[in-house]
Amino acid sequence: MTPAEAATGEITYLEAIREALFEEMERDPNVFCLGEDIGRYGGAFKVTNGLIDRFGENRVIDTPISEAAIVGAAAGAAHMGLRPVCEMQFIDFISCAYDMLTNYVATARYRAFLPCPMVVRGPSGGYVRGGPFHSQNPEAAFLHTPGLKIVYPATASDAKGLLKSAIRDEDCVLFFEHKYLYRRVKEAMPAGDHIVPIGKARIAREGRDLSIITYAATVWKALEAAEQLEREDGLSVEVLDLRSLLPMDDEAIVATVRRTNRVLVVHEDTETGGIAGEITARINDLAFEWLDAPVKRVAAHDVPLPYAPALEDFVLPQTSDIVRAARWLAAY
Amino acid sequence: MTASRAAPAASHPSALSRDQLLELYYWMRLTRSLEERLVNLYRQTKVVGGLFRSLGQEADAVGSAFALERRDVLSPLIRNLGSMLVKGATPLEILRQYMARGDSPTRGRELNIHFGDTERGFIGQISHLGDMVPVMAGVTLSFKLRGEDRVGLVYVGDGATSTGAFHEGINFAAVQRCPLVVVVENNGYAYSTPVSRQTAARHFVDKAPGYGIRGLQADGNDVLAVYQATKEAVDTARAGEGVTLVELITYRRKGHAEHDNQSYVPEGEIDRWAAENDPLDRYVRVLRTQLGFDAEAIAGIEARVGAEIDAATDEAERSPMPEPRDCLVGVYHDPPLAPVLWYREGVRSAVDSHERPQGWGTYDAR
Ligand SMILES: Cc1ncc(C[n+]2csc(CCOP(=O)(O)OP(=O)(O)O)c2C)c(N)n1
Ligand SMILES: [Mg+2]
Repeated sequence: MTPAEAATGEITYLEAIREALFEEMERDPNVFCLGEDIGRYGGAFKVTNGLIDRFGENRVIDTPISEAAIVGAAAGAAHMGLRPVCEMQFIDFISCAYDMLTNYVATARYRAFLPCPMVVRGPSGGYVRGGPFHSQNPEAAFLHTPGLKIVYPATASDAKGLLKSAIRDEDCVLFFEHKYLYRRVKEAMPAGDHIVPIGKARIAREGRDLSIITYAATVWKALEAAEQLEREDGLSVEVLDLRSLLPMDDEAIVATVRRTNRVLVVHEDTETGGIAGEITARINDLAFEWLDAPVKRVAAHDVPLPYAPALEDFVLPQTSDIVRAARWLAAY
Repeated sequence: MTASRAAPAASHPSALSRDQLLELYYWMRLTRSLEERLVNLYRQTKVVGGLFRSLGQEADAVGSAFALERRDVLSPLIRNLGSMLVKGATPLEILRQYMARGDSPTRGRELNIHFGDTERGFIGQISHLGDMVPVMAGVTLSFKLRGEDRVGLVYVGDGATSTGAFHEGINFAAVQRCPLVVVVENNGYAYSTPVSRQTAARHFVDKAPGYGIRGLQADGNDVLAVYQATKEAVDTARAGEGVTLVELITYRRKGHAEHDNQSYVPEGEIDRWAAENDPLDRYVRVLRTQLGFDAEAIAGIEARVGAEIDAATDEAERSPMPEPRDCLVGVYHDPPLAPVLWYREGVRSAVDSHERPQGWGTYDAR
């Protein structure tokens, strides 16, 4: 902690991730990091800044530009008892390691009884004018792969607590970090060894009339919309932050459906094949009789993410969209 | 086949006319001055997203592209603004593209110099490093299959050679004996990572024999040496003798992008390259002392470049921003239009004002 942080007690989402890495590397000598430019440079976003000074070059490894090798080597090291944490410089480059993750890593335990406790983390998401290859949300591509776990936190304390859980998990966890949130959200960390269990959602705001189920950056848009709906329409909106996407917290989803009977699922990823479809199906299976309205989705348009602000803003879901959709649902 | 590491001596490439010798300077000067203009626009926050420089690498981009014929096709990378200009991309297009205007070559869809034009013979890169190598293997395979007298050239950085796509693509092209030139721009760094952390090979050109292809190495800051080495590789490809890997030794004097403070560069290294090995300074000296051009000829080019960039900037600043709904056009040939989602029916613009986050990419250490 820098003196400034100590004074307010608040740290950013990005610093919370760094703190988790520090604490876990401190706690367990088997934990090590590998990725591009993560050592002396501290990573493209400076998430790993300072780690090399504390833990040295053997535990903070600068790699060639070889995502398949980063993930594959992590798997091999994990088999041998180490706990690798891989950084993708941007999560968009995880596609280069798709084969390794979905074929090798995800099946290791099931087909060969080989443990693969490892984390693949990296900056994800849009709203930053990053264009089609620095803005992606590829979580849904992995949701379809049994054997991987997926988390995508929205708050600084969840980022810290979930990363610590991910590093301690016995399986491979994909840890998506939203780069729009990196320096925008701040929070004081709970004292001590702060752990957030994987697979547990969080109620970000309580409400009675309508539920918004979401995760990552759109949690904040949903909260903003909820406030506006309360102010202007007198609607009481609940916001459920999933935090973990695989495994998914069915219990929390059912509970919110039972409370409000109206559900809007919101995510930043494209609509077709996005996680909202899976959530909707689960609600259909588990709580259909509790619904007073069809489950609706607000997600990105089915196009690659363009770069110009006017285009990006049109493709991605915005607070005003959530407000409009929620009004439609409330009136149903 | 073996790698020949000796750079062809190149102070007097007899094949180039005096006009062409001057033209080389024009393209290098245009590249540098255009980037300097972009820096100004970036500081005025008119550039959307990151700004990537090729300062100190102009000779490698320009000299290599100059070795191609009009009908040939190249695929540039982020340091190859100069190559694109040689191939016919205009300053106006570059400026509109960086400013995300609606009439830019990608209509605001892609960043910086990520665009192409098959008519003019350049294919736009994507960010994923190495991916253009297999693509250019396919472009040149088509030349071979159709018996066309055309050649392809693909650029990769020292860092990009570490990708799987690079390996698969160059090997594929080698086995198919595609008319392809693979230019490895060794500029010392991949972001913060020095070459010694990228490869255990002594030289990138040493990889050529492993693929069973020719290898050449040249001084990337000597535009005539770059031209000559690339020309040799292009001639080889045109003669049906397959792929050549050309390693150009150069130096990235600016950070990975404008935000990067280069804290990882040893003290004095950048200044040394700037003072002793600037490709424009070096070429001006050659033009003046060895090739007999006078100061007026050089000044004339500089004046022309300045005027062209001013005119292009004025025009680019008048360019409109994209119409929001244009984002729905063209994912598929059929249907050409993606449906607008239900919650956005009847809405023209998603938000009233477009937030412009400072720095989409990376940040200086704080
Ligand atoms: C597959 C992939 N991984 C990571 C990146 C992020 N990245 C962008 S440029 C860069 C460094 C490139 O270095 P080099 O190939 O030497 O090209 P240079 O920038 O030096 O011209 C990295 C790591 C990327 N674009 N693609
Ligand atoms: Mg490089």
